Amino acid sequence: MLEVRNISKRFGGLRAVSNATLSVPEGKIVSLIGPNGAGKTTLFALISGFLKPNEGEINFQGRDISGWQPHQVCQLGLVRTFQIVRPFANLTVSENIAVGAHTWIAKRSQAMEKAAQIAGLVGMQEMLDQPAGALTIAGRKRLELARALATEPKLLLLDEVMAGLNTTEIHEIVEVVQGIRDSGVTILLIEHVMQAVMSLSDYSYVINQGEMIAEGVPREVTRDPNVIEAYLGHGAAQRIAAMEARSDA
Amino acid sequence: MEFFDFNLPSYSWQTVLGSAISGVFLGSIYALVALGLTLIYGVLHIINFAHGALLMLAMYAVFYLWQGLGMDPYLAMVIVVPGGFIFGYLLQRGVIGKASHGRDEITLLVTLGLSIIIENAALFFFSATERSVRVPYDLDGFDLGVTFVVYPELAALGGSLVITFLLWLFMTNTDTGKAIRAVAKQRQGARLVGINVEHIFAVSFGIGVACVAAAASLLVPTYPVHPQIGYLFVLIAFTVVVLGGMGSFVGALVGGFLIGIFEQLGRLYMGESLGVITISVIFILVLLFRPSGLFGKPAG
Amino acid sequence: MNSRGQLLGLCVLMAMLAIVPLFVTSGRWIEFLELTLFVAVLGQGWNVLAGYGGQYSFGHAVFFGTGAYLQALLQFKFGWSPWVTLWFAMSGTMLVATGIGYLSFRYGLRGSYFALITLAFAEAFHVLARSLDSITEGGRGVQLNLNQDPARAIAEFQFNFSGPFLKAYGFYYTIFIILLVTYTLTWLMANSRFGAQLVAVRENEEAAMALGIDTFRVKMKAICLSALITSSAGVYYVQKFLFIEPGIAYGPAKSVEALFAPIIGGLGTIVGPLLGSFFIHGVGEGAKEVIVHFVGDRPGVDLIFFAIILILVLAYLPRGLYGLLEMLWMRLRDKYHA
Repeated sequence: MLEVRNISKRFGGLRAVSNATLSVPEGKIVSLIGPNGAGKTTLFALISGFLKPNEGEINFQGRDISGWQPHQVCQLGLVRTFQIVRPFANLTVSENIAVGAHTWIAKRSQAMEKAAQIAGLVGMQEMLDQPAGALTIAGRKRLELARALATEPKLLLLDEVMAGLNTTEIHEIVEVVQGIRDSGVTILLIEHVMQAVMSLSDYSYVINQGEMIAEGVPREVTRDPNVIEAYLGHGAAQRIAAMEARSDA
Repeated sequence: MEFFDFNLPSYSWQTVLGSAISGVFLGSIYALVALGLTLIYGVLHIINFAHGALLMLAMYAVFYLWQGLGMDPYLAMVIVVPGGFIFGYLLQRGVIGKASHGRDEITLLVTLGLSIIIENAALFFFSATERSVRVPYDLDGFDLGVTFVVYPELAALGGSLVITFLLWLFMTNTDTGKAIRAVAKQRQGARLVGINVEHIFAVSFGIGVACVAAAASLLVPTYPVHPQIGYLFVLIAFTVVVLGGMGSFVGALVGGFLIGIFEQLGRLYMGESLGVITISVIFILVLLFRPSGLFGKPAG
Repeated sequence: MNSRGQLLGLCVLMAMLAIVPLFVTSGRWIEFLELTLFVAVLGQGWNVLAGYGGQYSFGHAVFFGTGAYLQALLQFKFGWSPWVTLWFAMSGTMLVATGIGYLSFRYGLRGSYFALITLAFAEAFHVLARSLDSITEGGRGVQLNLNQDPARAIAEFQFNFSGPFLKAYGFYYTIFIILLVTYTLTWLMANSRFGAQLVAVRENEEAAMALGIDTFRVKMKAICLSALITSSAGVYYVQKFLFIEPGIAYGPAKSVEALFAPIIGGLGTIVGPLLGSFFIHGVGEGAKEVIVHFVGDRPGVDLIFFAIILILVLAYLPRGLYGLLEMLWMRLRDKYHA
């Protein structure tokens, strides 16, 4: 469904993303992992139209969308959430979600109905009239998710939707995300919470310092020495292997 | 029906040069006013709409010192500059900082409200009649051939350059100056190393007003004072700051001179009335095509 | 307060204003109401762009002045009927808004930069109006002929010489109908999909983009609606006073008047500008009496008063008078429903 080929983005002398390639098959959940500052959110920004790539192309459902504007990308069915949540603070929860619903629904009352329905999907049905600015971080993350859902996406880009949540909240969100996938939405997610990555995603890409360093089934990818080094530092892979060898012996 | 006269009048190069030179002198005042504005923006990230009104207030102060005490306007700097600093400090600490909640547009509105209060209070206390200061030397000067430069104009140029230099010395060599630059660059970081940011904000605002007070002193011998004069200067000051680059001292100087020259040339070629539109036009063009100005940091 | 409650309140207010002439006969009070409603319309124009759209303009006089000048000049130069010129005045102003909006929004100007560029445009128009003598009559201003034939009062859209009812209440009902229409438009906007998208842009422009909103187009529509409303106030002004000149049309006074009422009354609410206008003019009149009593009648004193209220509202009452009333209503409701 989504094909990203040889994407690069430079900011002055800094190469934020170099020659990145990934693909997301329809109906699957794919994760994008890597240490902080690796370029994950930049990649999302490139895919969703907030940044223009210097090189490479982005194909969504066979269409080249590199250079498209964010709202056009959204109207195609590719929607992103933000790592640092951006609620419409002075609007209520239902008004927030309704903005997403309005992408396809023209009538206000219909949009509000849809908003209530979507709120139920993420467990916010009791909070419809609360101002978004008063929500906790978990609530805001769920609101962000609900808003994106209301736009009837085909592909959802979730940027660290679990960050800042406690274990219970993570369990809940994981179920919600699985439910979204089951309803036919394809998902590409950035995540640091490894248990979520392992339990949710069918496939993983690892990015470090702007470059793709590994890809594969999550279980394999987390054993990849390059990936371990990226997260834990130089030589870490060998040390871990040595430790495991000693404990086996 | 006669529309524009698109044939620009042709002048001798001497006339044009003379116009440009008077633009330089005018521009030096603009630069000084803009200096305070750009400092305030650079540190507090607020656009001080009351800047013009404060200039007007300072000019009245200079005028009344002259009228009441017979004090020479240039000498009056000794009083109005510290006075301006204190007033600015209290204004920021007591009113602007409190009311704005740190939001950009709100601060703009608060300073707008302040400018209205100051202007109308001036109207109330001083009435709308223009006041002029006459000093014995205000018509003396020397002849440059292309134009005649009066001493007040020269004083304005000299004063502006000297004050800019002193300010630069202050910012680079004193502890407070360095603290100000730290806060301008990285507010949170400055707080973390123990700098009292609210105090620095107020000091910066105070310095901005002090610059305006100095400019007032330099302006009074050549400009009549009336309550509306602040409004006239506000747009010019903003244009200079935006052209020169928000937060840049050099920008304020260069911008001031450029605007002064453009305004005089505009007046020369388009007439008194239409000439002042050059300022609005420059402002609009800069905002659209190079909002960071000549010396400011480019956006994004 | 829910949408139904708001609509009810609004209808009640409008009904009260409609029947006011039955109770008020003093010319002075009618003048007061005309002024209050005029500022309420002017303020609603600003409110649409700033309160709902989050784009604070400091040069809103540019829309008032263009509406006024077009209304005046088309009558003055070509003798057209005021009922015809008003359409040109409003659409001409919308054209200007499109130009200003396109330049500002295409180049991504926001916040203070947007405020300043609108100020620059207002100043530019001010200078043009003053300088392009042959087109705008320059500093002389445009003086329309006073119609003295009562039979032509409605045709000429002037009520100074007409039947007794029109003479007393003609202009009042003119501005009232303008108020009704513009406030209805605003209400329809606020409760439509466009309204939801506009406030989304105000709250967080990037998030709005990510949700499929073409923020440029939304802002353009907002500035055009704003210009439409503001220019209608300009049309009214010309018909009532039969005179316009550059300072009145494009000077800072109208730009400031346009923002006082909505901020004090409640930004981003429909009734805010009306509340704010009543407060400013009502309380202002009262306060002025007191001040005049103590210090004599001096110009500008009332502006000081309003500006102080502005700063206090900005500091302590972010939702304005409307927010205050809403809070009181909630407290009352909780007390009696608990």
